[in-house]
Amino acid sequence: MTAGYTARELMVAAAAREIRDGERVFVGMRLPILAFALAKRTHAPGAIGLFENGLVRDTSADEMLFTMSDPPNVPGALWCTSTGNIMGLLEQGLVDLGFIGGAEVDRYGNLNTSYIGEPRRPRVKLPGSGGGADIASLARRFVIIMPQETHRFVERVGYITSPGHGDGPGWRERVGLPGGGPSALITTLGVFRFDERTREALLASYHPGQSVDTVRAATGWRLRAAPDVHETPAPSDGELALVRACDPRGFWTR
Amino acid sequence: MREAIARFVTDGVSVCLGTALEAAIPFAAGHEIVRQGKRDLTLIGPISDMLFDQLIGAGSVRRVVAAWVGNVSAGLGHSYRRATERGQPSPVAVADHSNLTLSLALLAGSLGVPYIPTHSLLGSDIPAAHDGFERGADPWSGAPLLLVSAIRPDVTIVHVQRADAEGHCHAWGPLGVTREAALAAKQVIVVAEEIWPAARILADPNLVLVPAFKVAAVVHEPWGALPSPLQGCYARDHDLFTSYHDESRTQDGFRAWLDRWVLGVGDWPSFLKLLGPERLDRLRARRHLPSEPLDYGA
Repeated sequence: MTAGYTARELMVAAAAREIRDGERVFVGMRLPILAFALAKRTHAPGAIGLFENGLVRDTSADEMLFTMSDPPNVPGALWCTSTGNIMGLLEQGLVDLGFIGGAEVDRYGNLNTSYIGEPRRPRVKLPGSGGGADIASLARRFVIIMPQETHRFVERVGYITSPGHGDGPGWRERVGLPGGGPSALITTLGVFRFDERTREALLASYHPGQSVDTVRAATGWRLRAAPDVHETPAPSDGELALVRACDPRGFWTR
Repeated sequence: MREAIARFVTDGVSVCLGTALEAAIPFAAGHEIVRQGKRDLTLIGPISDMLFDQLIGAGSVRRVVAAWVGNVSAGLGHSYRRATERGQPSPVAVADHSNLTLSLALLAGSLGVPYIPTHSLLGSDIPAAHDGFERGADPWSGAPLLLVSAIRPDVTIVHVQRADAEGHCHAWGPLGVTREAALAAKQVIVVAEEIWPAARILADPNLVLVPAFKVAAVVHEPWGALPSPLQGCYARDHDLFTSYHDESRTQDGFRAWLDRWVLGVGDWPSFLKLLGPERLDRLRARRHLPSEPLDYGA
């Protein structure tokens, strides 16, 4: 890696920057666990993490986690309870930010993690929602993290597992969704943000080594760039050191 | 274990397992279900991880009601894909849920009410696909709601740290939907790491999962949640999840895995012997963090 960091390390740093100090964050698994740890150690020491298996923490675990339910995620927890109790906080509107991933995303931030092809006889059966659709429905805002490939970044997903902005402005209000919808989409190539007016994903920044054109070429819809599109800030040495301390074997980020 | 599965998990019943998400998954019970060649089961669970994939690949399953089916360490479940995409070894129907709606369905079952409303999944394509949901509206404001139909599993299987012979049990760590699933079930099979005298379990009645009259069988099966972790007892055996993922890529590979780890061993202690004592030792919890005892004095 000539840049001195991997795409995933950059994604973790970008995801951490989405977390504001003091926010309640639905952490989930994989890269967001690292993003939460990084944010806690840098600009958002007051952030609180919620896990859908039933945990609330204000520190990150002191050992590497393969899953949120690994025993090291419990020591130091503020609360250890049920899925229903955690999800209830989400439905009350008490969770500021959630992270989710997907297999397919479209220009309005709708995600498919269920079926490629006809659901009754799918070409690919994906694992499903988990808690993703709940976060997408109910969190005050959510951030999508996924690797960018043209065939996964489509004009319209064939199946909405986790609702984004539907078909555009006013859709979420119309169907009755309380949460604010997707606010950012962090990929291996750039960061997209959702236009306040049209609700479509615009390219906000391209990662170092990329350009508006290279990101556009890997996007399956006619991608527009935000007026102030710029290069994504590279992770600092300090950020990289913290990410690597949390993932010493590079299990998630190499 | 043999008797509990033979008596209570009969062909065609609905079985809820994997209720604490990635932890405390009753793998020992699941492998016994496979060995006994059970058929036409409906599996119910939130994030059901690799055990559902194994039961599906073994041909024990006709229907899945779940929020997520795969392999948390590795992603997709190959057997699940073969069954849903190509009907191999037998077709499996899927009723998708989210973690919240599955939790609410079991809560409704536990409360004895027909449904519970939520705002989740409005605008998602999940509800339209099966009969577990109906569109509804708040009778006061008229705002749209999703009505989640109650689920009452025939059997819920839980793996816990300790139980008495009557079925009172203590479960701790993140519980996922465990309590709702046990309360909603017609019958519960409790699989426990340790069997304790009733007086010592009942010394902390707040920690008892469900009343023992819900429990049909208590099984003593140490390490019975492996390769999933159990709080205070052992860690996740991540390597077993990834090696299963690699080896189950083809139907033949899956059968070979099953022959070796499930059908080729008569019971759970033989499975543990195959894993080897060094591996168990590596997974055993090292850092013990007991809580303070409570004073239940009157």
